[in-house]
Amino acid sequence: MIKIVKRDQPSKAIFFFTPVLAIFLTLIAGGIIFYILGFKPFEALKFFFIVPIADKYGFSELLLKATPLCLIAIGLSFCFKSNNWNIGAEGQLTFGAIVSGGVALLFYDQEGFYILPIVILAGAIGGMIYASIPAILKTYFNTNEILVSLMLVYVSKLILDYLVVGPWSNPEGFNFPETRQFSDSARLPLLFEGLRIHAGIFLALAAVVISWFVFYKTYLGFQMKVSGFSLKTAKYAGYKGKKMIILVFLISGACAGLAGVGEITGPIGQLHREVSPDYGFTAIIVAFLGRLHPVGIIFASLVVAITYLGAETAQIFMQIPKYTGQVFQGMILFFLLASDYLLFFKFKFIDSKK
Amino acid sequence: MHKFLIRSFVSSLVLLFTLTVAAVAKDVKAAFVYIGPTGDHGWTYQHDVGRKAVEDAGFKTTYVEGVPESADAERVLRQLANSGHDIIFTTSFGYMNPTNKVAKEFPNVKFEHATGYKREHPNVATYAARFYEGRTILGTIAGTMTKSNVIGYVASFPIPEVIRGINSFTLAAQKVNPNIKTKIVWAFTWYDPGKEAEAAKALIDQGADVIAQHTDSTAIVQMAEKAGVYAFGQASDMDKFAPKAVLTSVENNWGPYYVDRVKAVANGTWSQKDTWHGIGDGMVVISGLDSQMPSDLQAKVKKLQADLASGKVHSFTGPIYDQKGNLMVAEGKTADDGMLAGMMTYVKGVEGDIPK
Repeated sequence: MIKIVKRDQPSKAIFFFTPVLAIFLTLIAGGIIFYILGFKPFEALKFFFIVPIADKYGFSELLLKATPLCLIAIGLSFCFKSNNWNIGAEGQLTFGAIVSGGVALLFYDQEGFYILPIVILAGAIGGMIYASIPAILKTYFNTNEILVSLMLVYVSKLILDYLVVGPWSNPEGFNFPETRQFSDSARLPLLFEGLRIHAGIFLALAAVVISWFVFYKTYLGFQMKVSGFSLKTAKYAGYKGKKMIILVFLISGACAGLAGVGEITGPIGQLHREVSPDYGFTAIIVAFLGRLHPVGIIFASLVVAITYLGAETAQIFMQIPKYTGQVFQGMILFFLLASDYLLFFKFKFIDSKK
Repeated sequence: MHKFLIRSFVSSLVLLFTLTVAAVAKDVKAAFVYIGPTGDHGWTYQHDVGRKAVEDAGFKTTYVEGVPESADAERVLRQLANSGHDIIFTTSFGYMNPTNKVAKEFPNVKFEHATGYKREHPNVATYAARFYEGRTILGTIAGTMTKSNVIGYVASFPIPEVIRGINSFTLAAQKVNPNIKTKIVWAFTWYDPGKEAEAAKALIDQGADVIAQHTDSTAIVQMAEKAGVYAFGQASDMDKFAPKAVLTSVENNWGPYYVDRVKAVANGTWSQKDTWHGIGDGMVVISGLDSQMPSDLQAKVKKLQADLASGKVHSFTGPIYDQKGNLMVAEGKTADDGMLAGMMTYVKGVEGDIPK
């Protein structure tokens, strides 16, 4: 007979093994889905996960796609580690894009080296302002940050809608919902001729390094970890909980805002209604798949990024519906949460004859 | 000898012709980029119907659905251009800048952008339909069928395309019923069943007994069905979604244009142009008329349809006044395409202001 027993302590090996297991199970389940849909499973998986990154251009697109996911997920890991459930990164991204886009539009007919740094800074500040709303409401009014941050996402999208439809719409653009194109000085420089990968990737890498340092080498990181395990312990130890809540939200908002800057000053080059295909929500999957560890998040962002690219390739070459990409993202999270069960419980074989 | 020469000449012509046709059917590949899922009604569905017409004409096609207007559009376009497609149709306004950008990199691939105005490279063409002609028909029906003289109109974004539709609709309704008023609710979306239903409800609450729409979902006609008022289908024939409410629909019919353009690529006759086709060219189609419409109205609509197609009637024939009473189009004149393309003022009889 098999009995399920609670573990005394979560297993460390399994902690890092389950994300790999989740990806593996997703591939198997994906193959089965392709088979049921009438496609050859191995060929479909090849077009999904190998073909899109088989050349230099494809690989650069993978990095381009992974950059905002990684950046946001790093920011979210500050929140999630310390028990703050910021679900509104998409809103912080959008608001960061609004603020930095607004600044970029001020300089639309100017060139100069000083423009880009101001635009980037504006984006980070925009994200921080927007993230501070759920943080302050949580610390001083005890509101639920999940609800507040989530609902602010829709508010930010409506603000963006209002601006690009109305006051910021391109005066030469027949009132279509989009702004002017930014000047070249407000655009992140491209790293290679002919590829879209831009300097924003350095922002993501810097965030990885800084977060690793903060998590594992500073007192703040330790405080976050303790608060994550037990808020009571943190209180007992005398940590200033309110300050930390606001701080992690600000960091998270800045990262999401910078991701927004990367999109509009990188590949897009203007503001319109759709600056992000829900990166802020997908980054939640990335953060958990990466186990809230900076290095894990890098790998997770690459894995999730490829589901976007793969979905396009699979539709172009095999006519597989593109929405299977979202099915894959959902399955990864599902299998991860399911296999996390193994972290806290183990199977024990009991001799029933006794 | 003579006969032999003629015969061999004819047979070689036939052979040449067959070879060309075979080469055509084999070679040209068309791709379509969609904003939404192909579904069973609406904007993207109608484009996909057009794509199937291209397939039926013997060409290979590819499509990618649900492509956001974010940075992803450019990658999808580049990948299509890179994988052997000769002509790419981008079927949403937001693909305008990516289309022109990728077109520059692939001068041998033809790009066709729907509803846009930028043709920055010789391999970019644009196309759109004169939907306002269909709205002249809807306005005529609405003006006749209304009892409250209040007509509701759910609009999407305040761009010339939508303003033109509102004006064309209102002018036609006024012509048959000078007392009508058009009330507008801006939904600021092309597709959002929740918002669209709310907008329709707000209009019905304000006394509208006929609802027109410039958004994509079936929520409005279904709301009209529930409330017992009339409505019109958008993009596809929406009769099956609300059999009592829907009087007729204006259908988008892209097939003939798509087949034409893909054939032009095959024949080497493709060239850049800006196409704007209406009822006459078959790009705008009026669905079957509902039997609740009196027979004299049905006859009138049929005649109007024929006159719009032949050019005998123009949707914007003067005198047309704006809301403040300023003359927009003089008596006996018609609005030219330049004026229509940039139309950003309401005509007299439309209530409210254009959101700025």
